[in-house]
Amino acid sequence: MSDRLNRRGSLEPHDPRRPRRSLVTALVLTSLALMAVDQVAGADGSSPVDPLRRAVGEVYGPVENAATTVVDPVAALPSWVRSRREMAADLASARSEADQLRAQLASDDYDRNRLQEYDDLTATAESLGYALVPARVTAMGSAQSFSRTVTIDAGARAGLAPDMTVVNGQGLVGRVLRVSATTATVLLVTDADSTVGGRVGSSMKVGFLHGRGDLGDGSRLDLELVDQTYVPKAGEPVVTWGSQDGAPYVSGVPIGTVESVYSSLRETTQRAVITPYVDFSALDQVGVVVPSGTTSDRAVIEVDGSLR
Amino acid sequence: MNARNLAIAFAVSVALVLQTTVFSRLTVEGVGPDLVLLVVAAVALRHGSQVGLATGFVAGLLLDLAPPADHVAGRWALALLVVGYVAGRLTSTGEPRPVQWLGAAAASSFVGTSVFALSGIVLSDPAVATGELLRTSAVALGYDVVLALAVVPLTLALLERVEPDRVRVLGLSRP
Repeated sequence: MSDRLNRRGSLEPHDPRRPRRSLVTALVLTSLALMAVDQVAGADGSSPVDPLRRAVGEVYGPVENAATTVVDPVAALPSWVRSRREMAADLASARSEADQLRAQLASDDYDRNRLQEYDDLTATAESLGYALVPARVTAMGSAQSFSRTVTIDAGARAGLAPDMTVVNGQGLVGRVLRVSATTATVLLVTDADSTVGGRVGSSMKVGFLHGRGDLGDGSRLDLELVDQTYVPKAGEPVVTWGSQDGAPYVSGVPIGTVESVYSSLRETTQRAVITPYVDFSALDQVGVVVPSGTTSDRAVIEVDGSLR
Repeated sequence: MNARNLAIAFAVSVALVLQTTVFSRLTVEGVGPDLVLLVVAAVALRHGSQVGLATGFVAGLLLDLAPPADHVAGRWALALLVVGYVAGRLTSTGEPRPVQWLGAAAASSFVGTSVFALSGIVLSDPAVATGELLRTSAVALGYDVVLALAVVPLTLALLERVEPDRVRVLGLSRP
């Protein structure tokens, strides 16, 4: 195998620097097979590659956490303390926003019947309660990978599980995709694959928010409303609509404001461009929404704003 | 595992951690440098495309699986094994001159991000506009060439340190 005849019929020694054809074939095929397996199984959300991801995450996750801690040890402490207050404030602002919505509902005769329903829902949400696990963003995917994901330094030990809502002081950040013991991977709402149920604050109209895959100061979300006759106004706030059991998104978390609206005659739908409250290029402190009373390896911000 | 493989594993791991943590905060228009890709290119320049190919595959696999990656696994593995192969074929001596390795780094960056982006288009994972793709690749190329000025010499120096060139020690000339 190491020596082979060339075209002129003379024996050529194998150059040790050149790869064997069998190795090239084997590795290329392995890559392609891995892609195929991951792609096909990705439909129902789980993949045979997930245990591998988890295993690599268990090794590199703590190293990433440590590296981030080493890189900015000075910045870490004050923002840690400050962010807890910010998250409590965020919770308060989310509640006041809910109150506002309720007030607007009450003033609207047409929606009066829905008020009772909403009241019940609010009561349920309050009895369920949202508690926040604070965490720091330790690693971010670069734009070359074209997916908007970050790693945070809290994992299964902190009480996290997949499909939990991630917020920060400004608003909705994303949701937990997968967890290792000490880290979790978060899909940002700006990812092109991300879809969030949203509700236009002043009218309670529901729709779906899609990420565009861009980031930085210019990151925007597209809102597609279910009611195609309704035209949202610029500046209207958009909050999460929420889903059953608060997974993957709890309801009432502020997402952003309506920047502009454009209608497509061809698709006969209204699309609105949403400016998110969160600056995704400068993510640092985040909070993960966990059920009240979750056992965690760190202090949990409880529903009433207290630390536990 | 011999000293050379250990050194390569060490260099790839350091590059991976730095790329996801430190340099993800130092981005240009959201684009960070591909440190792992540069390390693979440097290893291939030093040890040829056989080692480059294998290093590229393993490094790419780590990049696919380590958090916060969420794309289809195997995409970076394929992209970086092509990088390892191409970079290994660019020089035959194992002692590339600065002009050579700068050119090789630029070529590697272009090839790597292109293969990765193309595999994304084929798998439509995720759906990204072609214009955005080209812009990102261009910025990445520029950033990579700048970072190559530090990463490639450091990696070459590390590899030279753990395994001095036997051929040169024996006083023979390479073909």
